[in-house]
Amino acid sequence: MSIYIDTLINGILIGLIYSLAAMGLALIWGVLKVINLSHGAFITLGMFFAYLVFKYFHIPPYISVFLALIVGFILGFISYFIALHRIVSKAKSFKEYELSSLLSTFSLSLIITGILLFIFATTPMAINLPLSLFQTKLLASIFSIIFTVALGLFLYKTYLGKAIRAVSQNIDAAKLMGINTTLVLAISFALGIALAMGAGNLIAMVFPFSSLSGASYELKSFIICVIGGLGNPIGTIIGGILLGLLENFFGLFFNQGFVPFIEFTILILLLLFKPKGLFGGSK
Amino acid sequence: MKKGLFSLLISTFIILYFLFLPIVKSSPILREASFTTLMYIGLAISLNILMGFTGYVSFGHVVFFGIGGYTTFTLLYYYNFPLILALLIAGILSALIAGLLGFVVLNLRGAYFAIATIGINEAVKALVNNLDFLGGAEGLFFNMKIYKAYGGPQNALWLSFYLIGLVTLIALIVSYFIKHSKFGLGLFSIREDEDAASTLGVNTKLFKTLTFMLSAFFPAIIGGIFFFKNGSIDPQSAFSLTKSVEMIFMVMLGGLGTILGPVLGAVTYDKIKEALLVSETFKNLHLTISGIILLLIVLFVPEGIVGFLRKKIKPLKNILD
Repeated sequence: MSIYIDTLINGILIGLIYSLAAMGLALIWGVLKVINLSHGAFITLGMFFAYLVFKYFHIPPYISVFLALIVGFILGFISYFIALHRIVSKAKSFKEYELSSLLSTFSLSLIITGILLFIFATTPMAINLPLSLFQTKLLASIFSIIFTVALGLFLYKTYLGKAIRAVSQNIDAAKLMGINTTLVLAISFALGIALAMGAGNLIAMVFPFSSLSGASYELKSFIICVIGGLGNPIGTIIGGILLGLLENFFGLFFNQGFVPFIEFTILILLLLFKPKGLFGGSK
Repeated sequence: MKKGLFSLLISTFIILYFLFLPIVKSSPILREASFTTLMYIGLAISLNILMGFTGYVSFGHVVFFGIGGYTTFTLLYYYNFPLILALLIAGILSALIAGLLGFVVLNLRGAYFAIATIGINEAVKALVNNLDFLGGAEGLFFNMKIYKAYGGPQNALWLSFYLIGLVTLIALIVSYFIKHSKFGLGLFSIREDEDAASTLGVNTKLFKTLTFMLSAFFPAIIGGIFFFKNGSIDPQSAFSLTKSVEMIFMVMLGGLGTILGPVLGAVTYDKIKEALLVSETFKNLHLTISGIILLLIVLFVPEGIVGFLRKKIKPLKNILD
């Protein structure tokens, strides 16, 4: 019996870590209607940030995560104006930039991954903390919940958060109400990137990583966003936990190797039949 | 001269140039370089049939390259099929799979379609990774004996080279005829406004599915030839998303939806990559530089090389396509 309880706990913890990784993607997807293909690259960047900060300043990831958030916000803000502003501001509706934004965020990802590969090659890295694997997982999961609550409060209780939600619901109306939409879009993108880097920073203390690790978290984040729907942090948490439980329980009974196959089949089926998420999303 | 014909002629000339250069010089080194170029051209043309003509961007198009590779490889490996037959079966099988998948997935539009195609590629990769019959994650290796039927490994390499040239040429001609047919007109109407096209009586579902099948047929054969030449196959190299992205890159670079575009894009991309890989300074940064170039194209010349030339040089406007 205890194996089931272990699997359950592990599944929930892993799931919370996955939802941590997915939060930034969901935010950007929900607000800008941009599927940020540089998400994985920024997660990897966060991992290496944690590694370097720990190596040179001996600051553990659960503290350096706040630094990572700040750095991520700044990088995201700059990235928005480099890669997206020109496309987004010219388009009349988000349908027009749907594809070009995929390509421009993908080129961001190429640039970042290229630099990481140049410096670190594909050497596997790990951060050795005096904590057990379970403790690091627990720590990361707690952060996941804190981030969710903070993001939820920010989006629903603050002026800026409300502006972000207004822009995500109807950008033209938001503009008419005097909201500086360009700034709001840039801040949303920056927040999404900050969350991605923060997530990478925390994941680095749990699992080993390399320059290419972000890709698998990015793919999992797609699945989570599609399960949980967009624009609602709670949906992301639930999507993540479902994915974590699925992975762990499936591995208990069947060949673990088939897990990605099942996951992506679910992704495609959900896209086809429930494109607004398992729970219908927030709209 | 008809608008498209000029582009078809230049494209044919470029392909023949890369095909005949190594033959005339009978140089195996040139042959290897040209093989890659021709393969890129073929892949770019196939993706362009879908992406350029209908506006559906497939981010996981490499899945058909991999399916074709695995089909050809297993047919030769286990059953000793003749290569040409195996390649044809691979192409048809891949087109059928695309038909089935497309029938469902083409209901999605824009970015959702793109994500679904990534999902398909990853799902197939994970499946192949776990099938012992296909060699699992390790993949399969040819016994050198297989090449005996083709006059030894040396001749088999030349054979693969001729075949890739031939397939690329056929893909070019097919894409030309699609573009300048009523069918092609239907596809472009889907690209401009799918709902309007459907209202005006275009059977959008059938058109899209057929196009998806066609654009899956050629990559499968190219994959088959590539892995036949390679002598080994594994899931990582057969279903690498990087190759998918390279295909998109080449189509965008050359000019979306044009005949000459994918050819120019593929050649340019190949040359850029070659130059970067050879240079000491940029060797390890080629990913970053590709990223910068792609970003510049998307931001400043979304119409690609062909579109740019048409815009800047007036006389070319009416003949280049």
